[in-house]
Amino acid sequence: MSSLSISRIKTESRFVQWVLIGVALLYLFLLLFLPIILILVSALKKGFPMYVQALQDPETWVAIKLSLFVAVVAVPLNVIFGLFAAWAITKYSFRGKSLLLALIDLPLSVSPVISGMIFVLLFGANGFLGEFLAAHGIRVIFAVPGIILATVFVTFPYVAREVIPVMKAQGKDEEEAAMTLGANGFQIFTKVTLPNIKWGLFYGVILCNARALGEFGAVSVVSGHIRGVTTTLPLHVEILYNEYAFAAAFSVASLFIGLALFTLLLKHIVGFRLKREGLK
Amino acid sequence: MSIEIKSVSKSFGEFESLKSIDLVIETGELLALLGPSGSGKTTLLRIIAGLESADSGQIYFSGENLIDTGAKDRQVGFVFQHYALFRHMTVFDNIAFGLRVKPKAVRLSEAKIKEKVSELLSLIHLDWVADRFPSQLSGGQRQRIALARALAVEPRILLLDEPFGALDSKVRKELRQWLRRFHHDLKITTIFVTHDQEEALEVSDRVVVLNKGEIEQVGTPEEVYHRPANSFVAEFLGDVTLFRGRVDDQSVYVRPHQFEVMHVSDDPHAVHAEIIFLNPAGPLVKMELSGPDEQLIQVSLSQSEYAELKLKKGEKVYVRPKEVIGGDYCI
Amino acid sequence: MQNKSRRRTILPGFGLSLGYTMMYLGLVVIVPLSMLFFKTSSMGFSAFWEATTAPRALASYRLSFGVAFLSALINAFFGFIVAWVLVRYEFPFKKIINVLIDLPFALPTAVAGIALATLYSPSGWVGQFFDKLDIQSAYSPLGIVIALTFIGLPFVVRTVQPVLESIESEIEEAAASLGANRWQTFRAVLFPVLFPSLLTGFTLAFSRALGEYGSVVFISGNMPFKTEIPPLLIMTKLEQYDYSGAAAIAIVMLLTSLLLLLTINLLNRHVSRRVNDELA
Repeated sequence: MSSLSISRIKTESRFVQWVLIGVALLYLFLLLFLPIILILVSALKKGFPMYVQALQDPETWVAIKLSLFVAVVAVPLNVIFGLFAAWAITKYSFRGKSLLLALIDLPLSVSPVISGMIFVLLFGANGFLGEFLAAHGIRVIFAVPGIILATVFVTFPYVAREVIPVMKAQGKDEEEAAMTLGANGFQIFTKVTLPNIKWGLFYGVILCNARALGEFGAVSVVSGHIRGVTTTLPLHVEILYNEYAFAAAFSVASLFIGLALFTLLLKHIVGFRLKREGLK
Repeated sequence: MSIEIKSVSKSFGEFESLKSIDLVIETGELLALLGPSGSGKTTLLRIIAGLESADSGQIYFSGENLIDTGAKDRQVGFVFQHYALFRHMTVFDNIAFGLRVKPKAVRLSEAKIKEKVSELLSLIHLDWVADRFPSQLSGGQRQRIALARALAVEPRILLLDEPFGALDSKVRKELRQWLRRFHHDLKITTIFVTHDQEEALEVSDRVVVLNKGEIEQVGTPEEVYHRPANSFVAEFLGDVTLFRGRVDDQSVYVRPHQFEVMHVSDDPHAVHAEIIFLNPAGPLVKMELSGPDEQLIQVSLSQSEYAELKLKKGEKVYVRPKEVIGGDYCI
Repeated sequence: MQNKSRRRTILPGFGLSLGYTMMYLGLVVIVPLSMLFFKTSSMGFSAFWEATTAPRALASYRLSFGVAFLSALINAFFGFIVAWVLVRYEFPFKKIINVLIDLPFALPTAVAGIALATLYSPSGWVGQFFDKLDIQSAYSPLGIVIALTFIGLPFVVRTVQPVLESIESEIEEAAASLGANRWQTFRAVLFPVLFPSLLTGFTLAFSRALGEYGSVVFISGNMPFKTEIPPLLIMTKLEQYDYSGAAAIAIVMLLTSLLLLLTINLLNRHVSRRVNDELA
């Protein structure tokens, strides 16, 4: 048998290969790459100076700061939760564990609009706690706390989902060994568990962070679009676009392209490390 | 440090892992917990270590009741079956771990820790791996590092879970002898779990045979091998043939070396059997014979006996038990 | 040892970690989500029925199911080819393309939304061709399909890819040695193994598409009865302060996605059991 016919057993003819590759690439190009190219081209349409100017706009800066602030609050909250949840789920056996796992994933299957509106129902002027909050002069909805809450809800599962499988793969032996050597709970966690799960944790943080910075639907519901006060960066993009300031809108959008590419790169590197350690 | 275990029981759901275990371990003893899978031996070891809580019963270390003391404060050295070395730490940091997590008031200085770790490393003859990571070591080396790490905190007792289970047979043999000498030098009360009877018999001072959560027998290797308390112990500790004599219809357990092989015999206790397997390679010649009712009889002969008898596969011979397990033991 | 996997441990922190997990889950997810039921319970059944079965609502469900189904179908077909090509063939920039597949996960939906709306508007790079053919792409159901296809693109690729990678070449060699040609091998040997993952990817993309808001809002035109999907309808109701009506529709959406989630789980369980049976 010639080497050609041997290779035929496991693969298709060159022609079929190139047709399939062509179809796949065309599909990806039209749907995935063209929008990215469009954003970058539109952002730079009026030249680089205009691009820089659009990014230096004070309202853009306020939006960037707000988005970063929201992420800086929301991500650590979900990191703490993710670590506690992973510890409880992977180190002990208890009833209802699979229900707990399903509930942790729940926000992923809730529409962003609903994720926002539940907080309006809870804290809004006509909401469950509306009167109480109004009486004490606390604003949650159409204010920064609401944005943070909606973001926390939407990004809730990301850290836990990444840490749980990694912690599970590590087993309990090392923690038990540390215990017999006299380490207390805090020492076990910081000196043994945390170094072992650091890549999984980092992976979760990256995903959580990207989602926190980019969340649109849920935040849109609770923000009230008060310019310069409750407009996060994605909302700012929306406002610019709706005001036909397309170049500016795409300039800001290009920041998200950068963030997304950076996130995917880190994700890829970390995924590679996890694979090498045999944990994924 | 002596250990007293008083009516310790443990269940996992429906499964009764330990049924009211009583056991006393003497100071300086090297004790083997021997039993098949699911016999409860590892559970018992983990309860002694405080890694598992007993459902009921008490545990005393030199008279002090420790049932409510956690693993952290029991001062036991535990060596895990798969070593459980901290994979992100060097060998040095692994061994130093127990010293470094001590409260500040009683913690040694970093210089003292360094000295102690170096001492331990030379004790296990592995000075040269201090800066390596566990993943860079062989199984046997990891096992010794795990032991050194457990010893660093000067434990009151040493517990080893299947210490040689994950090693290949040659390293296993070497480490067995090493552990024996090691215990002889250190004289620390040591308990190890194994499912390998050869290992238990070769290494330990005393053997505890466990089955289905109960102790079947406690004794020296010689006692449990030669005078098993019951048929389970007899069968678990080595090859035996349940030999049914033809005259008085008595059944006895006979080990392979306790048979006599003859070409002719008029002894009423002897049976006529065919040699169906014969392996002369090794210090003893191992044979399998098919007796009446196709009963399988395992026999081992010395090389000189074998040469004298000039046995061949397929030949029919007479076999007779010269002696039986436990002298007059019978079922 | 049979009981080893269930072996309990007495590592410290069970109460603390599980307690914190439950508390945080309750505060962030359960209490806010229960507001939906709290709000609708006050409106009475007939009002609930009226809100959820109003002609405008029914039209939005129909549209939503139609476009979500169509986009998931498109993704199932092309996503399968993309996964196949990425695993089986070699071509330039394969690694980078593989990393970029996840872009829709990492990019804010609003950014995708404005890019797609611009791209497919009648004067857009792609929209002008549709326009010449007298096909309206943006501001029509077709536009929504395009947005949802973008959003759901990674699901099928990422569910099929690992399964395809794990298929041992031996089964294909065995089929070939028994005289099957390449197409027969694909249909009879490979496709049945890949089908469960394809179905999972399809369902994930479908369920994601049902709740999508950000990418759709820019391209759909939001015309009642024509291009209004349930999240947009909820948004409209919220802007009109019809919170009960919004909550009622949200409940319909939430229960639908939970049902889909359950289906995926049952599907996976069924498939893994079947695979295990075959191995046993």
